[in-house]
Amino acid sequence: MAISREELRKLAELARLNLSDEEISAIESDLNRVLQHFEQLQQLQLHDVPLTPHSVDSTNVFRNDERDAAPEGLSREEALDQAPEVRSGLFLVPSIME
Amino acid sequence: MDDLTQLTVTEMRRRLDSGETTAQDLARAHLDRIRSLDEQVNAFVTVCEEEALHRSDEAQERIKKGEGGALTGIPIALKDNIITRGIRTTCASRILETYVPPYSATVAQRLDDAGAVLVGKTNLDEFAMGTSTEFSAFFPTKNPWDLERVPGGSSGGSAAAVAARMAPVALGSDTGGSIRQPAALCGVVGFKPTYGRVSRFGLVAFSSSLDQIGPFARSVEDATLLFEAIYGPDPKDATTVDAPYDPALARGGELKGVRIGCPKEMFSEAVDSDVRAIVLEARERLAAAGATIEEFSAPIIEHGVSTYYIIAPAEASSNLARYDGVRYGLRICADSPNEMMKATRAQGFGKEVIERILIGTYVLSSGYYDAFYATAHRARTLMRDEMRRAFQEYDLVLAPTSPTVAFRIGEKAGDPLALKLADFCTIPANMGNFPAINLNCGFSGGLPVGLQLVADSYRDDYLLGMARAVERLLSVEPKAAPLKADG
Repeated sequence: MAISREELRKLAELARLNLSDEEISAIESDLNRVLQHFEQLQQLQLHDVPLTPHSVDSTNVFRNDERDAAPEGLSREEALDQAPEVRSGLFLVPSIME
Repeated sequence: MDDLTQLTVTEMRRRLDSGETTAQDLARAHLDRIRSLDEQVNAFVTVCEEEALHRSDEAQERIKKGEGGALTGIPIALKDNIITRGIRTTCASRILETYVPPYSATVAQRLDDAGAVLVGKTNLDEFAMGTSTEFSAFFPTKNPWDLERVPGGSSGGSAAAVAARMAPVALGSDTGGSIRQPAALCGVVGFKPTYGRVSRFGLVAFSSSLDQIGPFARSVEDATLLFEAIYGPDPKDATTVDAPYDPALARGGELKGVRIGCPKEMFSEAVDSDVRAIVLEARERLAAAGATIEEFSAPIIEHGVSTYYIIAPAEASSNLARYDGVRYGLRICADSPNEMMKATRAQGFGKEVIERILIGTYVLSSGYYDAFYATAHRARTLMRDEMRRAFQEYDLVLAPTSPTVAFRIGEKAGDPLALKLADFCTIPANMGNFPAINLNCGFSGGLPVGLQLVADSYRDDYLLGMARAVERLLSVEPKAAPLKADG
């Protein structure tokens, strides 16, 4: 199983990464070597084995649904403080409409 | 006055409480040492001189009033993926190069409340992805034992800072070995607690089901003191657990009659022969002290690296989606939001991070999900179950921490797969969620060799107690690397 250059371009698009052709080809060989290594996992007999997506068994950890039980949040000023661009107390992004 | 940077935390505490020294003296001694040595070592991304002096004043006030605790006035360093209110936190990435967080991680807050004095933020592989600290976007950290070699990673800055006595203790994070491996390569103690013991709130997320914060120190006792200041449930991290922990057990430890298992797969040809010989020699000494040593086989260990390098990048690709140039961090301007995000991420992330995001995106995409991601989680189950079976037979598992001593800077940087394969001794503890600790057990060619002890889940107290007994037996003195400026 190998990633083609075309597939890699699509993945970069999905991951929102603007990569040049040179960068794509530099990554291609690294990635395929790693993926090749992953193939050894196919040798394992795993059909009946359940998945362990997490280390802790607990489920649905809730706090009380009360205003005072909620952790203190950030003020608007604090939340905006590190933003690259701000206008009228809002995060500013490039125009989304033509 | 003798050199305050030589002391253990326990000795610092004694001198602070008796008035022989002050928190300001300790802060200044460590800041001076950083100033004179860190040009060589490059352990720190940010040194907090002003804050440290201010905090040491406050700590001294508390001590004077008799209100100090175990860590009041003790200098510490934090890996720069642990966020600190008002102090730049970079993850050694261009994308966060100027980021100043508006709040602190729970561990940073707890240390602050305890009166510990933060001297600086330490270097790491970008977003903790790496095993050599060469993937820092800023500069590589050097190993204090040999400045031409890597300190290990990803918590290489914290390991090097403690080894070079620029801080007596430091925190790192361990996802697949990122505390234990640099501890091994720098000859210090590095402890990865059971997942859930320490809050991850404010630890910049890499692989959320595996990341765990833990201490670096020059002795097990000091590591225990730091751990005890940070562990315990946190309402801000729903994955923290309230499992029993007995401080007395962490201070005990009797080797006689202890059953120790050694997985054959971690003593294979893949381990450098000198490293293996030194770990085996230490093992002999444990046997001579009355421990029972047995070998066992857990073939699933051979699949640990593949399993890890599917799960961790999958989680990372999702976690790192938040760096989009909108709310904080770097922004590269472009005409549309989509182009802005693509340009920001491509320029803000380094090559290793980009590769892992792409691997993660790939293994999670439809069509490959079952073949890779689900398969890896099934393998993870087997790994946990095989290790659990081992803990029915044995009290502890013993193995090398790293298959090699510190390698030369640049030696493996061009071979990302080789770097990843070297993680096979540390990954199983993350996969199965077991506490694990590195101790120095000797030297090969003047470079430290690490021994790893692993215990069953939530037996952190037992593990620390046994590690202390092993440390005593091997008479591994708290060591500091011989740096040129020491003369």
